[in-house]
Amino acid sequence: MPWSRRGPSIPGRARGLNLAARATDDLDRVFREESGRVVATLIRVFGDVDLAQDALQEAFAEAARAWPTSGLPPNPGGWLTTTARNRAIDRLRRESSRDTRQAESARIESLRNLPEDTGPVPDDQLRLIFTCCHPSLSRSTQVALTLRLLGGLETPEIARAFLVAEPTMAQRIVRAKQKIKKARIPYRIPDEAELPDRLRAVLDVLYLIFNEGHSASSGPDLVRADLCHEAIRLTRVLSGLMPDEEEVSGLLALLLLTEARRQARTTRWGAVVLLAEQDRDRWDALLIAEGQQLVRWCLRRNRPGPYQVQAAIAAVHSDAVTVEDTDWIQIVALYDQLLAFLPTPVVRLNRAIAVAEVAGPAAGLALVEELDLHEYVPYHLARARFLELLGRSAEAVQAVDAALGHATNDPERRFLMRRRQELGPSDT
Amino acid sequence: MSQYLLSVHYVEGEAPPSDDVMQQMFADVDTLNQKMQAEGIWVFAGGLETPDTATVVREAGGEIVTTDGPFAEAKEHLGGFWVIAVPDLDAALDWARQATVACRGPVEVRPFQDEPEG
Repeated sequence: MPWSRRGPSIPGRARGLNLAARATDDLDRVFREESGRVVATLIRVFGDVDLAQDALQEAFAEAARAWPTSGLPPNPGGWLTTTARNRAIDRLRRESSRDTRQAESARIESLRNLPEDTGPVPDDQLRLIFTCCHPSLSRSTQVALTLRLLGGLETPEIARAFLVAEPTMAQRIVRAKQKIKKARIPYRIPDEAELPDRLRAVLDVLYLIFNEGHSASSGPDLVRADLCHEAIRLTRVLSGLMPDEEEVSGLLALLLLTEARRQARTTRWGAVVLLAEQDRDRWDALLIAEGQQLVRWCLRRNRPGPYQVQAAIAAVHSDAVTVEDTDWIQIVALYDQLLAFLPTPVVRLNRAIAVAEVAGPAAGLALVEELDLHEYVPYHLARARFLELLGRSAEAVQAVDAALGHATNDPERRFLMRRRQELGPSDT
Repeated sequence: MSQYLLSVHYVEGEAPPSDDVMQQMFADVDTLNQKMQAEGIWVFAGGLETPDTATVVREAGGEIVTTDGPFAEAKEHLGGFWVIAVPDLDAALDWARQATVACRGPVEVRPFQDEPEG
């Protein structure tokens, strides 16, 4: 398919290539940018997700034929919206000619009289985000729908990214679209009273998409990096649509500051590198600058939320030229604040690690021992580190062994094996 | 307008609420019914007797067979329901939130097929 994507196009990358390749790059870029926006407007106009998607595909196919010779139209989004709308109307007319109800054909014709070429309506995209992340859909369905409809990813791409069989993913998306239609999940922006809860779900979905790309390096790496880019792109779209929502900016900052460390997070051979051991010269200074600017904006607004606080923690880390420079007192204070929003064992664990930097490994160990996180590799790693620093090396080795029992992918396993060797042989 | 079924389920064998709670529950459900009627979204509602009062009628091998007891052998049974007519799922969920508080049990929201032509 002409609009199948191959990762983000870099402007000017195709300069030296021939015209056809250049045109394909432009198409990819435009399709990627416009897909979610155009489909959102089509869904509002026609009230039917499948019809909107099919019509957009036809419009893409037409663009792939026309644009290489005619060049990009001045307003590609408007061109695609108008073309897709006309294709959808043609289809509705063909299907309704069998039943000759006048009211129906009048309704269809009235759809033609919408203003031409104004292109997608920004609020439509916002409506679509809230529909995709509606609380009546399961979290995994919300994620799949968001990527399919707003990200414009193809179903096989989503299946691959989440290591799910393609028919399973296809079925999940089909079912979700049917539920939207049959249960009449509305296509609207939630009112002020429900907005905080509903927005939280949207942010959680975007964060989950990013995390899926960011965490395990099992599976095809490139596809996963693509998920990170897509999550950032969609969060940027959302922050453009809701510029006054602090938590949206907070999430965007958190994603940018985390993404900034991607290169330093693994060695060339794919082994995990902990934050403390990362080569900070490999952090992306541009992403850090943008993330920190967003965090400063959030601080000025003074309406903190969980994503803003996590972004602030990431910002403090990114401020430190070396681990030793890290302002751990500030980080502990931020974790205290985060605990008020997210009183989870994982947040407590991260706080304990920060406390140990300020008050020593015994204090960290005491906090960690209170946690019930025995399936969680970082829990055992933190214990191992504290025990090692306290000179209790036999127990430290046991802790790493416990971590090995819960490792899920090869880079993690290799990292733990190396850690075990550093600690020396067990006394047992 | 679309019609939705809000059904209330209870688990067999779970201790029934105390009389006081039961009375309060009836009163709350009554208030909710009146509110639904006042807002013009009420289509029908009712509470059901326990499943041991049920009889199943079915066709088997050309014969109509009547048997004692409920159809489903599940532990969960339908205890009562509302049918409401509202614009969309969000509106139905909003009523379901009030319904679950009033009847002290989980409420399942399910759309009816095809809205009636009107």
